[in-house]
Amino acid sequence: MTGATIAAPRARLSAKQLGWAGVVLGAVAWYITLPPLLVRTAVPSVLLALVAVGAGVAATRAGDARMGRAAILVGVSGGIGAIVAVNSGEANLEKVFVWSALFAAALRFATPLLFAALGGIMSERSGVINIGLEGMMLMGAFFGIFGADLTGSWLLGCLIGMAAGGALAVIHAVLSVSFRADQVVSGFGLNFLALGITGYVFVAHYGAEGTPGDVPRVPNVSLPGIEDLGFFGEAIGHANLLTWVALLLVVLTAVFLFRTPQGLRLRSVGEKPRASETVGVSVIRTRYIAVITSGFLAALGGAYLSIALLGSFTEGMTAGRGYIALAAVIFGAWRPFGALVAALLFGFSSALAQRLPEFSESTAVLFQALPYVLTLIVVAGVVGRSRPPASIGVPYVKE
Amino acid sequence: MSEPVDQLEGPAAQAQTPASRLAAYVRGGGVVVPLLTTLLAFFIGGLVVLVTGHDPIATYKAIFEGTGFQWLFPWVTGDDRATAALNLQQTLILTTPLILTGLAVAFAFRAGLFNIGGQGQYTVGGIAAVWVGSSFAGMPGWLHIVLAIVAACLAGAAWAGIAGLLKATVGANEVISTIMLNYVALWVGVYLFALGGPLQNDQDKSVPISNDIVQNAHLPVFWGDPVLQGLHIGLFIALVAAFIFWVVLNRSTVGYEVRAVGLNPEAARYGGMSVAKNYVLVMAVCGLFAGLAGSMDVLGWQFHIATNDIQISQIGFLGIAVALLGRNTALGTVMAALLFGGLLSGTSQRNLDPSIFEPELAANLTTIIQGLVVLVVSADVLVITMLRRARGLIPGRSGT
Repeated sequence: MTGATIAAPRARLSAKQLGWAGVVLGAVAWYITLPPLLVRTAVPSVLLALVAVGAGVAATRAGDARMGRAAILVGVSGGIGAIVAVNSGEANLEKVFVWSALFAAALRFATPLLFAALGGIMSERSGVINIGLEGMMLMGAFFGIFGADLTGSWLLGCLIGMAAGGALAVIHAVLSVSFRADQVVSGFGLNFLALGITGYVFVAHYGAEGTPGDVPRVPNVSLPGIEDLGFFGEAIGHANLLTWVALLLVVLTAVFLFRTPQGLRLRSVGEKPRASETVGVSVIRTRYIAVITSGFLAALGGAYLSIALLGSFTEGMTAGRGYIALAAVIFGAWRPFGALVAALLFGFSSALAQRLPEFSESTAVLFQALPYVLTLIVVAGVVGRSRPPASIGVPYVKE
Repeated sequence: MSEPVDQLEGPAAQAQTPASRLAAYVRGGGVVVPLLTTLLAFFIGGLVVLVTGHDPIATYKAIFEGTGFQWLFPWVTGDDRATAALNLQQTLILTTPLILTGLAVAFAFRAGLFNIGGQGQYTVGGIAAVWVGSSFAGMPGWLHIVLAIVAACLAGAAWAGIAGLLKATVGANEVISTIMLNYVALWVGVYLFALGGPLQNDQDKSVPISNDIVQNAHLPVFWGDPVLQGLHIGLFIALVAAFIFWVVLNRSTVGYEVRAVGLNPEAARYGGMSVAKNYVLVMAVCGLFAGLAGSMDVLGWQFHIATNDIQISQIGFLGIAVALLGRNTALGTVMAALLFGGLLSGTSQRNLDPSIFEPELAANLTTIIQGLVVLVVSADVLVITMLRRARGLIPGRSGT
């Protein structure tokens, strides 16, 4: 039959590729209506968006529901974004969509999420849910700047912040690994504890004046050569040192998890702890190390907020970033590079939310909700059923 | 580490839902465990106070005096008694919404869900109540109050229902979705009442605050002076809600299904119950309680909402500690709400003597104690083990 011969090569275009094509098309639909292309009619965008949604539906039918849903989501939002852009003033669009600045800002906002998400991956791959990332970040943020202020060194500040986050992680490990506590509840309790402790020491030590303006800051790295390269120069030429550390850690975490025996052991503990124990891997010890590492990483993300990005501390300043990082872990399917993509996505939405006030003063506040809405959509729509480590959240009972 | 506790090793400990673990916790210690939990949390909190150079005993004494509980002691008389009465009214005003946000968390726990979204549901409830309460002037008072309350309940239920629906349809984890809904509610609320926002007040456009609700829609005050923030009848509404919570959960088919789904979703499904339907229903009911809490505060003593109120409010989050400490039962939740209500008013700027302990520090002490309570409850085994050890010291009564 001719139908079969035509269908055969199409079947080779895998469901996954179809989904990716849809995602790209949906993004392009929005992109062409923005500077510098600035197409002032929505017709081509809507057509592209429809093709993207079609590709998404096809991908879903062909078996990759995850990418299919992503394509449909990006297609729909690309179309809506294009219609909004076409109905906005060109001058406003030019002001908001300075791509190099947007990308640089996205990277700035993505960095703390990335640290915390990598921590989340370590912990969850070993089978321990770490909702306490938020609190560990907060500990890092406060004790990072506190340490930097006391010692006069941002490096020592980072280390002290990490130690504080690690200490909170030790509590999490003791409760959820040794005492087999409910990991979600105990993690959430840790967040309150961190909020209280950091607020308490902050008020006791700094009072109403807040942290001093002259704390040592983590420096930005000027890249000679790239600095002057137009878009790249502005986007990554002056990124913070910790941003580069975070990107490096993505690679290192990926190599560790998927290319080293220790990484394999850690993952096996999260999947089949009983089997790992049988072949001589200590589940308890592995989980302790993983959880404490996640505390170090999340705290470094918090320290980035206080002593790299802002140079100050306010009570509860992490503002849910730990939870967003957790969503990034899920969205990235518990993989470091997946988490990188997710963190950049959330970072971009934060960057956009920050620049939109230029666009419309009264609704500016509303756009602060954008990263959270995005997280909600992502958790609900795209990652409805991505597969977590098999033994996640299950306390291990030694026989 | 410690020896596994035998009673927790049954099927209940294997089915990994918070509800089943908490069921074990309920069996494990009666009223003694929550008391021990509280003592432990206050003890560690006291250590924090001690380490930072304050006197913990004097601090706790000052906080206790700020709660007004000594009004219950017949030997307190004269001016002391009058002050205590004023303080106790504040404590009970704060206990009212805590009972309700506690119920909002407890109901979800009983169905095996962790509702962290009480804060957001409380916020949207408050917004709905302030909008209805400040509009429709000239309506009979009781009707206006009922309308505002119903609007708040529906708003809360709808908000929480989103999380329930997402859980039931695409399996989105309710923990993350309710947390995100909290932040969305926060920013929507700030947007509504901020400068130039659609619900900002009509009198002074330089203040980010809502319109005042009309005098008719204030909840009646039954103890104390209405001008000095006396105790409004919301306390009884909260107590009635707790009673309804108990009746629904323990004496109705709906409650039976909710508990069954919470203890073992698989078994409930085999028994012909719709787990998905129950998730949506349960979350909606939770939101109803939390939304009601929002309306009690707006109609009872706040009378308007400032953007700042929304940003600093912790009532919904405290509901988590209240529910956990109250072991997710109606009576337990009421008692735990009273404890945290006292802690809140005892550490407030208004009630705490700043010469003994600064209220700004004390507010953070409350958060620390709240965190410790949640931590200790989460590690139910910890307290139960300690209890066993303590009993084991008595000859002839070794635990298990």
